[in-house]
Amino acid sequence: MELIVLIDIGSTFTKVSAVDLAEARLIGRFQAPTTPFNVTEGLENALSGLAEEMSRQGVSPSDLRQARKLACSSAAGGLQMIAIGLVKDLTAEAARQAALGAGARVLKTYAYELTEADRDEIAALQPDIILLAGGTDGGNHTTIIHNAKVLAELDLDIPVIVAGNRSVASEVAGYLSRSFSTYITANVMPEIGRLQVEPAREVIRQVFMETIVQAKGLSKASELIEGIFMPTPAAVLRAGTLLSRGAGKTPGWGDLLIVDVGGATTDVHSLGSGHPTRPGTVVRGLPEPFAKRTVEGDLGVRVSALPLVEAVGAEVIGDHLGWEPSQVIERAQRITSEPDYLPQSPEDVKFDQALGFFATKTASSRHAGRINQVFTPTGAVWIQEGKDLSQIKPVIATGGVFVNSPNAREVLMGVVHDPVEPFELKPTAPEFYLDSNYILAAGGLLAEQDSLTAFALLENSLRSV
Amino acid sequence: MCEVNGKTLVLGVIGSDVHAVGNKILEIALKEAGFNVVNLGVLVSQKEFVEAAIETSADAVLVSSLYGHAEIDCRGLREAFVEAGLGDIILYIGGYLVVGNQPWEETKAKFEALGFDRVYPPNTLPEDFIPQLRADLGLEG
Repeated sequence: MELIVLIDIGSTFTKVSAVDLAEARLIGRFQAPTTPFNVTEGLENALSGLAEEMSRQGVSPSDLRQARKLACSSAAGGLQMIAIGLVKDLTAEAARQAALGAGARVLKTYAYELTEADRDEIAALQPDIILLAGGTDGGNHTTIIHNAKVLAELDLDIPVIVAGNRSVASEVAGYLSRSFSTYITANVMPEIGRLQVEPAREVIRQVFMETIVQAKGLSKASELIEGIFMPTPAAVLRAGTLLSRGAGKTPGWGDLLIVDVGGATTDVHSLGSGHPTRPGTVVRGLPEPFAKRTVEGDLGVRVSALPLVEAVGAEVIGDHLGWEPSQVIERAQRITSEPDYLPQSPEDVKFDQALGFFATKTASSRHAGRINQVFTPTGAVWIQEGKDLSQIKPVIATGGVFVNSPNAREVLMGVVHDPVEPFELKPTAPEFYLDSNYILAAGGLLAEQDSLTAFALLENSLRSV
Repeated sequence: MCEVNGKTLVLGVIGSDVHAVGNKILEIALKEAGFNVVNLGVLVSQKEFVEAAIETSADAVLVSSLYGHAEIDCRGLREAFVEAGLGDIILYIGGYLVVGNQPWEETKAKFEALGFDRVYPPNTLPEDFIPQLRADLGLEG
């Protein structure tokens, strides 16, 4: 049997999955707590746990040892980035989109000329990578040059990826070369109205593999495995892209949505053009990437439970549960302050369901586009901003709040278009799938090596709910 | 096609105006004349004009309006460019700028007072204003 071991080094758990390549089937998985200061220890624990489980199925430990091992990681804070552009809604937003799609946590996005205060703030934030954009090709060049000079004053060895106005890219890199490892890639916004984030995403991934893994002390783990290929969210997005587009001659699922509710953040990934589905609609604003990821740092079901209640409103959640608002706040406070919290009583479970529902609802509302009617002298026109997700069918849920839920469907209902918010372009009649074996990140990793098997693995593992 | 002249123009139809055909013709004619054209299309807000001009380092902004409400839409546009550090940018406007049959000189004066460098009446053809645009941008002939 030809095996491959897919590893996800998370901030809390190191998850290992063994996949039978011929059958494209998950044959075993195990998780052990991540050991923050030396991830190798947690990884070894997880691998020996897996070996034990596999031996019960008749797979010898040596087969497992010899199997290829690929990993993704969100340990040590994940990949933390700063995005810099010129205009907030144009190149700064394009840079932010590029970083998010590469699986990064965007600590902050800067627009216009960096000040000395900004420079000091960047130094304090200690990002892993800085993405420097600004100006369309042949457009503004003064700001990106100014910003490169400001960054050059920082005495930090942070890789900078230059993805701005092509006409001055090498000049910009020249200012930075004295103190930084610098990379030049294609402009994230070569012209107004055109987004080109893929080249920057690829460079970010390369830099992550080559330098960040080392800097974060994850390289020791590399002795056990072939390498840490990407940040975990990038692997999830990769899996979504594969599922959507298909592999080889196997057709994909078409446009789809992934909702990943975690303890600290909620990620939403959409795969699809998001073009208008209502006739006579005019699209405004920055074009949307086919593979789009948004991260909500204030929506989560554990450490972010209290910020979630603040964002949604204790009254709203109270109404939903039939509880007093004070009860909601009290419980959220308790969950936020107890990192090891596990729901015990029926009330706990009910509250978890509600937190998951509202995290899903709010994060998908922020991710989805909006439509507005404008009355012009020649008649009414619909204006769309962002992606139209209304016709999307498959919605895939991943994360403990879904997997451990007695009724994942109920939590997932948060993604559905709500008539109370008629202008949100959320799915109207979706079909739900559950990533019950945490296979998405593993599938994205495997896609790098063997997209046909990865596609089959994902199809075999996602469960309709 | 003329040689590329190195000048960048931002083009668009301002406000809640959806007249797309003239805008497209203008884009083609200006490209033919050698300009680098950034066409924002229809339903363009003041903010979008200003932001596109910043990112592209535009040399001039050409605003169209064909539904009679240009005065309301254009109030504060020059000031927005001033705020963005592009106070000297060349601003043109053309189209059906006002409702009804008002004297052209009055309309022209009204839009010049709003900060437009050149104001063009309905039915202006590209060849009618391109020589002036070239001159304003310091291009030969």
